[in-house]
Amino acid sequence: MVTTKEIPLKEYVLKGNAACAGCQDMVALRHAHKALEGDVIQVVPACCTSVVQSLWPKSGLAVPILNTAFMASAATASGVKAALKAKGNDHTMVMVWAGDGGTFDIGLQALSGALERRTDFLYICYNNQVYSNTGTQRSSATPLHAQTTTTWFGKTEPEKMLDMIIAAHEPVYQFTANTSYPRDLFDKFKKAQEFEGPKFGHIFLPCPQAWNYPVEKGVEIGKLGVETGYWIQWERVGDEFTLGKHSKRFQDPEKRKPIDEFLKMQGRFSHLYRPKRNDKKIREIEDFIQHRWDMLIRTFT
Amino acid sequence: MKTELMSANYAASRAVVSARVEVVAAYPITPATTVPEQIALLNEQGIYKGQFIRVESEHSAMFACIGASSTGARAFTATSSNGLLLMDEGLHWAAAARLPIVLNNVNRSVSPSWNIHVTHDDSYSKRDTGWIQFYVASVDELYHTIIQSFKLAEDERVLMPVMVNSDGFVLSHTVSPYDHLEPEEVDKFLPPYTPPHWVMDPENPVSHGNIVFPEHYSEFRNMMHEGTKNALPVYTEIEKEYKKLFGKYFGGPIDCYKCDDADVVFTSQGSMGAEAKDAIDELREEGYKAGNARMRMIRPFPVDKIRELGSKVKAFASFDRGVSYGFGGPVANDIRSTMYHMKHRPMIKSYIGGLGGRDMAIPDIKAVILDTFKAVESGELGPEETWNDLKD
Ligand SMILES: Cc1ncc(C[n+]2csc(CCOP(=O)(O)OP(=O)(O)O)c2C)c(N)n1
Ligand code: SF4
Ligand SMILES: [Mg+2]
Repeated sequence: MVTTKEIPLKEYVLKGNAACAGCQDMVALRHAHKALEGDVIQVVPACCTSVVQSLWPKSGLAVPILNTAFMASAATASGVKAALKAKGNDHTMVMVWAGDGGTFDIGLQALSGALERRTDFLYICYNNQVYSNTGTQRSSATPLHAQTTTTWFGKTEPEKMLDMIIAAHEPVYQFTANTSYPRDLFDKFKKAQEFEGPKFGHIFLPCPQAWNYPVEKGVEIGKLGVETGYWIQWERVGDEFTLGKHSKRFQDPEKRKPIDEFLKMQGRFSHLYRPKRNDKKIREIEDFIQHRWDMLIRTFT
Repeated sequence: MKTELMSANYAASRAVVSARVEVVAAYPITPATTVPEQIALLNEQGIYKGQFIRVESEHSAMFACIGASSTGARAFTATSSNGLLLMDEGLHWAAAARLPIVLNNVNRSVSPSWNIHVTHDDSYSKRDTGWIQFYVASVDELYHTIIQSFKLAEDERVLMPVMVNSDGFVLSHTVSPYDHLEPEEVDKFLPPYTPPHWVMDPENPVSHGNIVFPEHYSEFRNMMHEGTKNALPVYTEIEKEYKKLFGKYFGGPIDCYKCDDADVVFTSQGSMGAEAKDAIDELREEGYKAGNARMRMIRPFPVDKIRELGSKVKAFASFDRGVSYGFGGPVANDIRSTMYHMKHRPMIKSYIGGLGGRDMAIPDIKAVILDTFKAVESGELGPEETWNDLKD
């Protein structure tokens, strides 16, 4: 893994952008661009990222950004890539940076199309598990029992296992990452540069606004996500699957921290503890976590 | 230049080659389907040398064109009806982003009921997107108008996308001659596209599609409006040059036939305008001073030209192959509002018909024009709009 000293000093996430305090999206973008080092065109659909970097006449990132419509980022990227090809440019990376809403929900068709066409691009879904831009409505990435402004008493369905859908498209490289492990994230972006063809990265990204936790706790929550087994770090080159070193020990349910440590820090789950712990609902969350592990390991190994 | 025999769709795909388009993204829909089919074939044969993205929807087709044009490539797509409707978000986007994309819309009725034949409702419903809109009457006109449209769209004074409309089946699947130009010939007219405003380029990073607050939003919208309006004078220059280089001229934004001394002028969009010339000839022989104004461009609306025509005639017989539901004939009503402030206001009769591909033959067109002559004689406008050939 890259050492902190080896990470380039140049900043591509510029000062004075409009992100909230404690925004983990900026952590992800910062390390992604340090890895890609500038030769990239970034496509951004409607989402938090489109707001924070694009307050005209300023530009929030030191790379070319093409903001596009909510459901159209993979299609837009296909066009950018085709134009680069037509002009004989085979080195510039085309990268989509889309939220979970723009990926799991409204943008899924365009994404499926671009993957199937073997588009040479990197699609990043930064997953804050909610429509943050529009004020915290549910997405199909919102976890079971999380409160949003369209699920006031908690969501009644678990999240879509998007990674399985993506894997069925057989990208050349697929990974999950987490902003609490920025060096690992950096390495995965570096690695993504090595492959030609469709690449997909799924980044777990705590959002203090939507999840309702103190802004300085983002890294802690991200780590608890992994340590409770809730979020799984892994990557896949072709069909060669590697369980991430941060997640390895938590494959064993015995070694996982109690899910309460993760849930209790977040306002969106506070109803699970009021007036007293809702054992049934928390059990359901634990069952889903195990189900996801089983699905992942059964499918990929 | 060499004469070829082809359908409008086949010719449109050849125009893409002639204009050295760099990226095409398109999705099949009757009757536009043979455009992407032919582009695929030309691409696989190495004749079309650009990229062809076989997208999974029309929404993606338009946004792939947006991505390509934003990266400095000349981009093209073709569609019809429901496909055009699915593109809607992208149509607005392309116009506001000032991307000179060219789209061949093969006019088809909108569902339900399913009907694959011509109605202009699909493109009429996009009049307010900012796209420049042409309607053509022949295979030859379609081929050359597509080539001209790139020059028009890419002109720095315009920088707006162009939709070239051609009637489904009547043109799209009917073989007739057109004069083909090789890319080397078109080069004299159409230089490579170099974006004068902004482009995605890592050497010079800019962001586009940003958030603009109320203090500045109107200014951007005003620039779009001015850009679209500039298409009228710029197109006049383009046609002049095109005529000089290739001897081709299709009549400007309004192709007038025997309008100079006419009492009644018939207006229409699309292929019907060619048919109407014969109707005018017959009426002239019967002693009626009738003229034909084929509306080639309806956005921007050729206001000056309509006022000039309107200052001389007793009435317009304005035919729409589509409807603004609850208001009437879209172009007829545009002509009415164009004439409102004029000293001399001719009678403007509105006719709606030919919907869903119903035939509008020469006798039908004559009947419409004669109906207007009757109204002029009686001095009564009659109904706000007349649905032609409507069954009980
Ligand atoms: C077609 C369309 N529908 C709805 C919206 C409104 N909208 C903008 S962003 C957004 C949610 C974005 O959620 P996500 O992709 O998860 O990104 P986040 O805001 O959480 O970063 C919605 C619903 C839109 N811009 N376009
Ligand atoms: S709402 Fe969340 S994801 Fe969006 S900018 Fe704020 S902290 Fe970042
Ligand atoms: Mg989100």
